[in-house]
Amino acid sequence: MKLNIIVLAKQVPDTRNVGEEAMNSDGTVNRAALPAIFNPEDLNALELALQLKENNPGSRITILTMGPHRAADILRQGLYRGADAGVLLTDRAFAGADTLATSYALAAAIRKIGEFDIVLCGRQAIDGDTAQVGPQVARQLGLPQVTYTRKIIELKEGKMLVERSIENGIELVEAPLPLLLTVDATADACRPANAYRLLRFHRAAIPTEQATEGFRYAEQLAADTELQLKEWSLTDVDGDATRCGLSGSPTKVRKVENVVFQAKESKRYSASDEDIKALVSELLANHTIG
Amino acid sequence: MNDIFVYCELDGDKVAEVSLELLSKGRQLADALGVELHAVALGNSLTTVPQQVFPYGADVLHLFDDKRLDNYTTLPYTSVLCKLIEEEKPQIFLLGATVVGRDLAPRISSTLESGLTADCTALELGSYEDKKSGRVIDNLLYSIRPAFGGNIVATIVNPYHRPQMATVREGVMPLVKTRKEDYVGRVIEHCADNYLAESDFVVRIIERHVQPRENNLKGAQVVVAGGYGVGSKENFEKLHTLANLLHGEVGATRAAVDAGFTTHDRQIGQTGLTVRPKVYIACGISGQVQHISGMKDSGIIISINSDPEAPINSIADYVINGSVEEVVPKLINFYQQKS
Repeated sequence: MKLNIIVLAKQVPDTRNVGEEAMNSDGTVNRAALPAIFNPEDLNALELALQLKENNPGSRITILTMGPHRAADILRQGLYRGADAGVLLTDRAFAGADTLATSYALAAAIRKIGEFDIVLCGRQAIDGDTAQVGPQVARQLGLPQVTYTRKIIELKEGKMLVERSIENGIELVEAPLPLLLTVDATADACRPANAYRLLRFHRAAIPTEQATEGFRYAEQLAADTELQLKEWSLTDVDGDATRCGLSGSPTKVRKVENVVFQAKESKRYSASDEDIKALVSELLANHTIG
Repeated sequence: MNDIFVYCELDGDKVAEVSLELLSKGRQLADALGVELHAVALGNSLTTVPQQVFPYGADVLHLFDDKRLDNYTTLPYTSVLCKLIEEEKPQIFLLGATVVGRDLAPRISSTLESGLTADCTALELGSYEDKKSGRVIDNLLYSIRPAFGGNIVATIVNPYHRPQMATVREGVMPLVKTRKEDYVGRVIEHCADNYLAESDFVVRIIERHVQPRENNLKGAQVVVAGGYGVGSKENFEKLHTLANLLHGEVGATRAAVDAGFTTHDRQIGQTGLTVRPKVYIACGISGQVQHISGMKDSGIIISINSDPEAPINSIADYVINGSVEEVVPKLINFYQQKS
């Protein structure tokens, strides 16, 4: 069975290792100093898509991302690994979107892509950790969802058997296509970029990139349509502006604070026998332990 | 109308602790707002649920007892809860940030087009000024959550959409019994049939394997926790020796779990458990905000670290400057001698 697969991916700042160089002097995080990466669990989702494609020859993977123009990089990284096409959803109208407004825009773009059997995405993105967009997109498209996917066991007669994580355990569920899966980090890690594909697809570009001065691959793009990445605006996906971006977001950020923990006056000890003996005596005497 | 609803997740016939914690918090919010607190439970044979939830402050309990609701699946649970919310119009709806809660809450919020905030670490009430209209809205729920990998804390509000929805992780809200054990509030037994459609059952559970949590990390008075600085799985065993000696439990940071030193069920921090033991012994833990947010309310904090500048030292009561490998065996040794 040939499948049309859509993978949702997000470009995120790498929040896992916020080093000193990414901290402002007032203790705030300088987002611009963090590397922009392919959201880790979205890579797990891409891998499951690639496995489905291998098992179902003739299948097609479209990778969809929403973000500024530089997020086109995520599409290229998807192509290096084996995706067939890329769509960037970008518009000022999407700025400031919460998860509901984001899922509205993504669902509109998925409808525009047209026929699909499976939508795959990471369980959550590391900049927000909400895990909301997947289920919200599923709902907007009227699809059943399987979250916390670990593994796709099989696909037979239009039904998928999926292994997923649950609290303190594992569940095996059967769900009909079309279906949305959110994939967690326990799924197989994504294969690396393929060298041949990298050579070919590093030239892939969205129209905005093609229009920048000094763009060198115009000829190649004209000859190889697969290098032409799609760039869609709100109008392109027939979106309703009142449901997008800040105005389409029921949640508002009232305040943002840096995390500051109350420092304590601490007693310091060395690792010498005398010091540790003294500490144990003190902890016993003040009933901290014992 | 306008009441506070808490979704009660079931683990077999037991109400999940996180749900009872949310009822405890919900009671506080309901009192402050002068409204009722409602608990909602879905499942099969819910006879013991009333006695479990009423001590924690629920005024009303909605039960949906139906064979088809035996184990959680997304669509039927969403249908029931969305319809109930449309009938009852609560102003606040709280769920545990469990696998179930994080599957269910966004599905509901997307159906109702209401705002949802995930993994809150605090819930408060307050006002919000809409800068555009100049309008001030009082008594809104402040959903406070870490964001951006835990490096910032954001206060989120839902000025115009109801219910205001939030999920909260287990252990974040303290359990508070506000009523006598035998208190019985109003129980409403709904007929689930009126809330479900045949098409809700397209996803089927084929198999389920659940292993009960093996440790009592959340209830432990003493926690000996290890970070990446512990160095190896073998060294982690020494933490178990110390923890056993102190009648405590072993916890870990995400880095230690990722390194394979121990299992995920021992992870403390934003993506793991929140603990408040009397004594917290941090071994080889540098103290990333993600970890500290899960243990900062511990009574006495002891840090063992070879780096005197480790961030965790600034919130510690006692700091031992040395390697875990050297210090922990000494602690075990001298403690055995003295006690």
